[in-house]
Amino acid sequence: MRQIGPDVVAAYPITPQTELMHRFSEFVADGIVKTELILVESEHSAMSACVGACAAGARVMTATSSQGLALMWEIVYIAASMRLPIVMTVVNRALSAPINIHCDHSDSMGCRDSGWIQLYSENPQEVYDNIVQGVRIAEHPDVLLPVMPTLDGFIISHTLERVEILGDEEVKKFVGEWKPSFPLLDVDHPVTYGPLDLQDYYFEHKKQQAEAMKRAKEVILAIGKAYGDLTGRGYGFFEEYRTKDAEHIILCLGSSAGTVKSVVDELRDKGRKVGVLKLRMFRPFPDGELARAIGHAGAIAVLDRAEGFNAVGGPLGPEVKSALYKKSGADVCNYIYGLGGRDLSPEMIRTVFDDLAGGRADARQAIHLGVRE
Amino acid sequence: MAREKGYKELPTGGLILEAGNAAAYKTGGWRTYRPLVDKDTCTDCLQCWLFCPDMSIYVEGGTMTGYDYDHCKGCGICATVCPVKAIKMVLETERSGDADAKGCFHSKKKG
Repeated sequence: MRQIGPDVVAAYPITPQTELMHRFSEFVADGIVKTELILVESEHSAMSACVGACAAGARVMTATSSQGLALMWEIVYIAASMRLPIVMTVVNRALSAPINIHCDHSDSMGCRDSGWIQLYSENPQEVYDNIVQGVRIAEHPDVLLPVMPTLDGFIISHTLERVEILGDEEVKKFVGEWKPSFPLLDVDHPVTYGPLDLQDYYFEHKKQQAEAMKRAKEVILAIGKAYGDLTGRGYGFFEEYRTKDAEHIILCLGSSAGTVKSVVDELRDKGRKVGVLKLRMFRPFPDGELARAIGHAGAIAVLDRAEGFNAVGGPLGPEVKSALYKKSGADVCNYIYGLGGRDLSPEMIRTVFDDLAGGRADARQAIHLGVRE
Repeated sequence: MAREKGYKELPTGGLILEAGNAAAYKTGGWRTYRPLVDKDTCTDCLQCWLFCPDMSIYVEGGTMTGYDYDHCKGCGICATVCPVKAIKMVLETERSGDADAKGCFHSKKKG
């Protein structure tokens, strides 16, 4: 964020996002970054201030977690609907009640249908890379949608790990200058943001949003490739790890991919054909690409770090099943794990691969991994 | 009726790119009470013009000349702020024929 140097940041502290904003506000206080930092009285106000500032023509960033994101809800939708390219980092934390400060994805999954692009990260390096790319994706004229890079609370946010960063000038050059088409501060060309929109035009505006989300896929790929040319770390919709000839594949998001990869390596050494597909981009959802990447597997386990409370599974499981519908004969099983920050152990992952290998992956309803009866 | 624009033709984000378009949206039909002004009592102090939230007070050359009923929502602020109580709010269903089309009437018939 310091390197990007947004014009405006409006934020309210919440664990585990606090550390991030704390550091950034130090940069502002020390004059290292010339951002207008607006300290507000709630997250609802934070996102409202972001919307106003972005409509005025500013490049805007913020960050939040859990209850903070929940409190922003109303304005989160408005940011996307007004096509304001705000970048908000979400440090994933479980939603209350009972109160819990640790990681699961129930916060960001709750706004999966809000019209924000969502990029999940496995480690601190990917968080950095996704945030830098996120600004350019959001502001791309074919997209103009807000972007939510996410990272697992505490597991990534409070981990010390080496990260390769670009030079300040390289970042500035990569993200470019934000040139809004209709800034409210352009008083010579007054426009109206957020007017009443009823049966006659609302549907057309929603169709525009849906189309922008489709166009975003191509833009995300192009920017992921350009970022790769610059850094050697290219990005696509997902990372395929030893999946090409795999019979059994685990699909997951975020930091757990690292643990799954190590179990995959261990099982591969024993001759088992296993792999992991780490989904980076959840919104837009890479429907066809996903089916092509894992459709050949005999059995697939989808790991969800959020409960859907739909008596079926988590948010990711049914979407993957739907992506594979009529494209693959694979058995697909949904697992819910790690709610409220509970560790996903290598042993649990071995159990999942054993389920896949043992033909036990046809459960219609999600299996809760590591929960006590 | 002209065809309404499709999603490929509209500005994104629900934006309206022309200013001053609120005048095209007639809100007078929302009104329950209609303001009427007694021009014999009115002093043309223009407090009503100052306070009206819908810019529905007509003023010509410093004189209050009545109401824009296409946009007046009947909120009654003009009647409340009028220092000489020249404005009365009358139910739309019970409005009298004394006033002209812009809502002006004369309590003292001039000879």
